[in-house]
Amino acid sequence: MIYIVYLIFYGFLLTAIIGLLASWIDRKVTARVQYRVGPPILQPLIDIIKLSGKETLVPRGVSKITFLAAPVIGLSGVILVSALLWINNIDRGNTFIGDLIVAIYLLAIPSISIIMGGFASGNPLASLGASREMKLILSYELPFMLAVFVPVIKSGFSIELGQILTFQAENGVMTGAWSGTLALIVAILCVQAKLALVPFDMPEAETEIMGGTLIEYSGSGLAVYRLMKNMLLFTLPFFLIILFMGGLRIDGIHLLYGILKYVGLVALVTVIRNTNPRVRIDQAIRFFWGPVTVIAIIAVFLAFRGL
Amino acid sequence: MARTIVPIGPYHPLQEEPEFFTLTVDGEKVVDIDVKVGYNHRGIEKLSEAKTFDQSTFLVERICGICSTSHPFAHTRAVEDVIPVEVSERAKYIRTIIAEGERIHSHLLWLGLAGHFLGYNTVYMWAWKLREEILDAMEILSGNRNNYAMFKPGGVRRDIKYEDVPVVVKKINSIVPTLEMLKKAVIDDPVLHARTKGVGVLSKQDAINYCALGPTARASGVARDLRKDCPYGAYDKMQWDMIVTQNGDVFDKAVVRILETFESIKIIKHCLLKLPKGEIDLNIKNIPPGEGIGHIEAPRGEVFHYVRTDGTNRPVRHKIRAPSFMNVPTFKATVIGQTISDATIILAAVDPCYCCTERMAVRNIKGKKLYNGEDLVKLSQEKTERMRR
Repeated sequence: MIYIVYLIFYGFLLTAIIGLLASWIDRKVTARVQYRVGPPILQPLIDIIKLSGKETLVPRGVSKITFLAAPVIGLSGVILVSALLWINNIDRGNTFIGDLIVAIYLLAIPSISIIMGGFASGNPLASLGASREMKLILSYELPFMLAVFVPVIKSGFSIELGQILTFQAENGVMTGAWSGTLALIVAILCVQAKLALVPFDMPEAETEIMGGTLIEYSGSGLAVYRLMKNMLLFTLPFFLIILFMGGLRIDGIHLLYGILKYVGLVALVTVIRNTNPRVRIDQAIRFFWGPVTVIAIIAVFLAFRGL
Repeated sequence: MARTIVPIGPYHPLQEEPEFFTLTVDGEKVVDIDVKVGYNHRGIEKLSEAKTFDQSTFLVERICGICSTSHPFAHTRAVEDVIPVEVSERAKYIRTIIAEGERIHSHLLWLGLAGHFLGYNTVYMWAWKLREEILDAMEILSGNRNNYAMFKPGGVRRDIKYEDVPVVVKKINSIVPTLEMLKKAVIDDPVLHARTKGVGVLSKQDAINYCALGPTARASGVARDLRKDCPYGAYDKMQWDMIVTQNGDVFDKAVVRILETFESIKIIKHCLLKLPKGEIDLNIKNIPPGEGIGHIEAPRGEVFHYVRTDGTNRPVRHKIRAPSFMNVPTFKATVIGQTISDATIILAAVDPCYCCTERMAVRNIKGKKLYNGEDLVKLSQEKTERMRR
């Protein structure tokens, strides 16, 4: 029973609320940087409500089930992984062996749902976007895994999120060590790509392929995708906070620290996206498999040496 | 290997005007490109034949929202060439000020759009914010932000008041620090280098073969600028530099435009401070029969107007050639062999202006056959026949 509460209340509602709020912060900060006013605080929510009220068009000659199921699969992936992360964050003991692996697996589901939806659209630009998304996954997953490997090594080869959190509560956060800091930098870059934000937004590059994978989506399908992306804006930084920064705590002054950690990560993502042009997909692959992987390997090496 | 066609247009967020590029791609690589314009044909040349010389100056101002000074400038020079007559010194200076103001706002507009095409929206917003200051300055001078309506055959319509000069100079000076910062942000950004250097290279030989004009040619090392080569207005009265770079890639085209903006600021300030006294209008009453040519350096390259008159108050023939007409074909040399991601910025790099370039194209319902003039006459007669029945 308690798991259903986690799933609905924490996994969906709380994540969605914080995600929408984070999306508003992202849009507002971007607007202020660009001499604009920016949207009101409820705008992300209004967008989604408005979209779900619109007609959902399905292109002629495509598999209706695949086309419409893709966003739902992505959203359920995000809800599941958020619930998993919240459970670990609130009740460290209530965990199972290998939940870290499950979390990484579930975090890949949204990208895969976008690929599914893109190829199901039957639009050349959407398939172009989907193939770019596929190349992007191939490029960032390797350094992301290596970065996630660092906390695993440091906490004595534990693949339970709860134990990693316990380790950090006892021995200080991962970012206190050199290996942890390097791994966090690598992970933030990978999160930027996972969120498909500039400079890694080529799957939906508006001025190149007109929204790419999302080009054929309208109405509630698009609303679900938007909600999924906004929720990811909470889930992915939350994952990094659990792995590298000792998780979020809701008691007293720690609540303030938690908010600072999270808002700091979101602000960093926003700054990166506002100070860079979009790179080409081959440049992205070269970037992730070159310097980023090298930094990640150095971090893993340092972690083995206990630094 | 299977080849896909990626359409850019007729309506696409990349370009603000209707145009149609058919990119034949092999994976991400472009193997062929076809360009079609003609979605927005307005028949300006024909309309101009039904208007007086003063009226058609206003008409050509509406050819393009951005080159709204270049076309009247070239047109008035063509009409003056028929007589022929030289306008007064003061009118020349005022014309130069307006033309350079247009160049600054046009180049800033391009810089912003180029940033937008690369997903760099901060550059987009900042460049357009700077552009507002220039538009305000132009509003102080002419009363309008974009279509200045300052030109008439024989001079200019409005004088510049001496009390406006310090305000305008102050406004123009105020953008220089931010522009310097933007210049550094664009020229020194390593990610921008990765995206634009060596991309869409137009070699010097290609630039000459395709008759590329303006910044597009100057970025490829073709040192050609009408303001230097065939001085008009007040350009020969002062010291300024022609910006020429050698590589011909997207980065060099951006550099040429940014540096030209600084030169334009220099020219405007010089003109405003050294504005000579005198008449602004020659009050031309009669245009004799004859032919006249007016060409000036617009922000995108050479604008060319030809006017033939028969002694009445209307032109018999008015021919317009906008710079994009010459620059758009260079896509054949620059886009093929690049990726789709680069194709968009290469297409934008010549600062194409389609509404200037519009030519009529007629095709049947299957979209294949283009009619020639005789076919069109026949079609029109057939339709009249049908109507009569």
